[in-house]
Amino acid sequence: MSDAERVRDEGFDDFLDAIESGEGFYLECPEGHGSLPPRRVCPHCGATDLRETTLPETGDIETFTTVHVAAPEFVDDAPYVTAVADFGGVRLTGIVRGIDPDDVAVGTEVAPDVGETETADERVLVFRTP
Amino acid sequence: MTGVRVAGVGLTHFGQHPERTGRDLFAEASQRAFEDAGVPRADVEQLNYGNFMGELSEHQGHQGPLMAEAAGLTAPATRYESACASSGVAVREAVKDVRNGEADVILVGGAERMNNLGTAGTTEALAIAADDLYEVRAGMTFPAAYALMARAYFDQYGGSKEDLAEIAVKNHDNALDNEFAQFQKAISVEDALDAPTIAAPLGLYDACPITDGASAAVLVSDEYADEHGLDAPVSVTGTGQGGDKMALQDRQFLARTPAAERAAEEAYDDAGIGPQDVSVAEVHDCFTIAEVLALEALDFYAPGEGIGAAARGETTRDGDRPVNLSGGLKAKGHPVGATGTSQIVEMTRLLRGDHPNSDAVPGDVGVTHNAGGTVGSTTVHVLEVEE
Repeated sequence: MSDAERVRDEGFDDFLDAIESGEGFYLECPEGHGSLPPRRVCPHCGATDLRETTLPETGDIETFTTVHVAAPEFVDDAPYVTAVADFGGVRLTGIVRGIDPDDVAVGTEVAPDVGETETADERVLVFRTP
Repeated sequence: MTGVRVAGVGLTHFGQHPERTGRDLFAEASQRAFEDAGVPRADVEQLNYGNFMGELSEHQGHQGPLMAEAAGLTAPATRYESACASSGVAVREAVKDVRNGEADVILVGGAERMNNLGTAGTTEALAIAADDLYEVRAGMTFPAAYALMARAYFDQYGGSKEDLAEIAVKNHDNALDNEFAQFQKAISVEDALDAPTIAAPLGLYDACPITDGASAAVLVSDEYADEHGLDAPVSVTGTGQGGDKMALQDRQFLARTPAAERAAEEAYDDAGIGPQDVSVAEVHDCFTIAEVLALEALDFYAPGEGIGAAARGETTRDGDRPVNLSGGLKAKGHPVGATGTSQIVEMTRLLRGDHPNSDAVPGDVGVTHNAGGTVGSTTVHVLEVEE
């Protein structure tokens, strides 16, 4: 995708924009289930009245891996740490930046941000030290 | 409702065949299945075919009719895609169609050509089984996804890389006499632990190889088998399928696989058996941790108890319930779209007695477990042999 500008993905790119400007959100249904855009229906219960709810500023890493063999879009980024972090209402998956890989652990507190990949200059969800 | 018999089965060699086309691989596997079955091609009423990445690896869509042609059929054909569970789903739909009288004879199978893409290309192609927006764009590869599940498992239940290495050692041992296997080579725990890291905590020997290959099976109704005097002692007596959220981050559990739990429960109920009745299993060990998750989803072990099964010798060929006597995906290889049917092929041969490891089968009920993606889709089948 390096030769042509990627067409925006409505919902997803809006979500990244919001994270980037410090106004992260997720979608919440009346039952309290969280999900991420684009959504018209709660994936957990089928409710259709989803409203934007403020994403907590920090989450805790629930699991992580150091990727040594990467796909072409990430070859120059490798090795890198991809983690799943729990933000209460939702979990997010992102690349850990600014933390020594040896210091990443289950339970490490992180804040979401948007960065660029080294390989393709693509926007990527990242986790940093709060 | 009629029963469903496995009349004949066939495989290609699983391995590195980058120059062989998918159509040639499937032609070979299906030819073996027809020879084994003794069923004429003209009697086949439909082809159910599994393939995952044909658009990427061969620039080839619309593979149903292409593969029917390759197999010498004029019957209608449908391609099933459910990532690594593609041909497991194809088998399940065939079983349902034979049972409901839609067809008496169905060819099922699958094929995948992967090595022509190289390692980086295959890594990219496999990743499309994950959520593109929220996983792939955050650097998730297929090994990374299973590494995330392995770390979550270790964190919740305990377990170590040594435990996982024991699974790799077991499955390599099982493949030693399997002429269709990609690796007919024994490894040690030390070999596995010393191998390069792919996605920590998983190393090279925790991962299945990149494999080219095809599988095929001829499924027939009881009536057809009886009328034609077929020697087809193995029946598919149970089928089940389960689903889960696409992305790991949206799952209730990171270290359990409810899609497989639901598929197993449905297949057991369908066959009128329980996990305690199962003698032998072929499970989807695309990574060593995946075998652990499979054993627990099949209810052979409670969550957290499956990790030590290989080390304790319970799932080895001398164990009470051998798992992956074919070598599993780990050593036999994993041509993605062919894997689900290849498990039916291996289990049929194990149960009817013409597999090199048949002497290790302690009973007459086998289960196959085929998982797609990070177990976002799963099929489970029960096979039984008439004694």
